[in-house]
Amino acid sequence: MAEAKLINPYPKGLTEVEMRYCPGCTHGTAHRLVAEVLEELDIIDRTVAIATVGCSVYAYEYFNTDAVQAAHGRGPAVATGIKRVQPETVVFSYQGDGDLASIGMAEVVHAAARSENITIIFINNAVFGMTQGQMAPTTLLGQKTTTSPQGRTVEAAGYPIRICEMLATLPGASFLAREALTTPARIRSSKRSIRRAFETQLAGAGFALVELLSICPTWWRMDPLEAIRHVEEKMIDYYPLEVFRDRLAEEDEGGDTNA
Amino acid sequence: MSEVAEVRGNRVALEGNEAVAEAMRQINPDVVAAYPITPSTEIVQTFAQFVADGEVDTNFVAVESEHSAMSACLAAAVAGGRVMNATSANGLALMWEILYIVSSLRQPVILTVVNRALSGNINIHCDHSDTMGARDAGWVQLYAEDVQEAYDNLIQAVCIGENMDVRLPVMSCLDGFILSHSYELLTVEPDEEVQEFVGPYKPDNPMLDIENPKTFGPLDLYDYYFEHKRSQMEAYPAAKQAIIDEGKRFGEAFGREYGLLEEFMLDDAEFAVVAMGSTCGMIRDVVEDLREKGVKAGMLKLRAFRPFPAEEVAAALDGCGAIAVLDRAASFGAHAGPLYAEVTSALYSYGKQIPVNNYIYGLGGREILPDHLQQVYGDLQQLADAGQPAEPVSFLGLRE
Ligand SMILES: Cc1ncc(C[n+]2csc(CCOP(=O)(O)OP(=O)(O)O)c2C)c(N)n1
Repeated sequence: MAEAKLINPYPKGLTEVEMRYCPGCTHGTAHRLVAEVLEELDIIDRTVAIATVGCSVYAYEYFNTDAVQAAHGRGPAVATGIKRVQPETVVFSYQGDGDLASIGMAEVVHAAARSENITIIFINNAVFGMTQGQMAPTTLLGQKTTTSPQGRTVEAAGYPIRICEMLATLPGASFLAREALTTPARIRSSKRSIRRAFETQLAGAGFALVELLSICPTWWRMDPLEAIRHVEEKMIDYYPLEVFRDRLAEEDEGGDTNA
Repeated sequence: MSEVAEVRGNRVALEGNEAVAEAMRQINPDVVAAYPITPSTEIVQTFAQFVADGEVDTNFVAVESEHSAMSACLAAAVAGGRVMNATSANGLALMWEILYIVSSLRQPVILTVVNRALSGNINIHCDHSDTMGARDAGWVQLYAEDVQEAYDNLIQAVCIGENMDVRLPVMSCLDGFILSHSYELLTVEPDEEVQEFVGPYKPDNPMLDIENPKTFGPLDLYDYYFEHKRSQMEAYPAAKQAIIDEGKRFGEAFGREYGLLEEFMLDDAEFAVVAMGSTCGMIRDVVEDLREKGVKAGMLKLRAFRPFPAEEVAAALDGCGAIAVLDRAASFGAHAGPLYAEVTSALYSYGKQIPVNNYIYGLGGREILPDHLQQVYGDLQQLADAGQPAEPVSFLGLRE
């Protein structure tokens, strides 16, 4: 009998602390992808994670890096402060859509405008998970949440915000991609973008953000498979998966970097 | 009355947050602009359901932060609406800038604060650091002992704030989790009676009165700013009176009367404890227990912390041999806790020479137990003998 070989070991970028996410939640998938990238780029011991406020508030326990817990929405500003003092340190801020697109919108926009040399992992699950599933700025029209029990309407809450497209209007944003944590192929693609977002920082090329369409089975009141189908059928329609900006690639091609 | 109240008559078991939402439904404000935060989230969430079900006429805005929430509330009040909101801890902290503007513009915005420890480090459990930090922001502050009082206080808050001599914003405070997430049997009054009690909203100087155009919040420098602050200070004695009057009127309407403070077995008390919020319930038990043992124990519960009823506190404590003040917040850099500072200053101002101990307790949700309170009363005999506290501040339930 051939000797069993472990082909997918536990990533060194994660601690072995048991995660507190709900069954089916994709926060854990995102954590693992980030951790694998940190390991592959060999930067675990010079990375600082910014844990923000949301279901991932305990991220500082899960990532095997130093960490700072930021106030709700302030991740990009906190990352800025660390990066300015320790430019050699790799800094990433891990934020939900309530955190980043709602209360922290100003911080992310201005960090991008200044082209801070930081990486943002942006989890778009279309609700505020931690506080029990309220409407987020990313909640789809018609989507039922605890603060839009009849479904989100334009009259009451306007249109969902497409963060990547919005940030793409800023020349300071150097890497912008939207991915989905649904199928194996999309998860591999997510990892490529996460890697690129860190490479952008390592090259000193400026602000990088990866948006990951994620599921929240608990507050969507779906089982995980249904939730994944919901992303595939509804969310991707409104939030197209795309690399919106890749300054490193543009530079390689000697192309217009003025965007 | 909501479905649940109808089924069981007006005695219903509700969580603190549900009871507050129920009062909001009955008050039926014009605007609620809010952002969720534990442990006050369910208030607005439950209320959002009332909006969706058409049970209220409220314009509900799910804004992007507490700073925007309070800004929108301020503006809605200026425009002539009755406005309510709820928050906790960091949410209140993010409103800070606007809190002062709301009170300066004399807008009776009503805010429920479910008390929670302020970061850092981040903590979601009860203490009073959030509202104590906002104590000088110009808002009236009422603290509830139980869920019934949280419900009753919110209804009265509307009338206190909207009183034409007052016109001040009001924070109606209840202890996070201890009250917000505890089921309690309470009386929910009939909708019509609550509505009659609060009455229709009377705006003061609303905008778009074409005959009397006005601007709110213009630049106010050394020429008039001082006079304006002085005139704002006039509103607080009026607020004190309004708290007394509305508490009485509430008693006449619903049979539960309230005041600025409540004395419990204080008349002949030798040893008194002063406290606010849910802890008062436990103190009552301990006082009764001590009375059975022949100790002349009493309690002074403060319901209104702002305006601070200094004269009434001094009068209530007159005759006590020794006093302990319990603070559920630290005032960093001060010699003692915030409630202690107020109580001792009141005693001093009104010429009462009584020694007072200070205890800080319950920070970040640390439990307080009857044994701690027994210890507090136990210490008072020593204090009475010594004539002055051995320590400026002691701590209950703390590992040193
Ligand atoms: C100033 C402030 N306001 C509100 C909160 C409460 N709060 C904690 S997490 C959260 C929402 C987080 O949602 P999201 O960023 O989408 O992350 P998820 O929980 O869905 O992963 C809110 C509103 C807070 N901590 N601080």
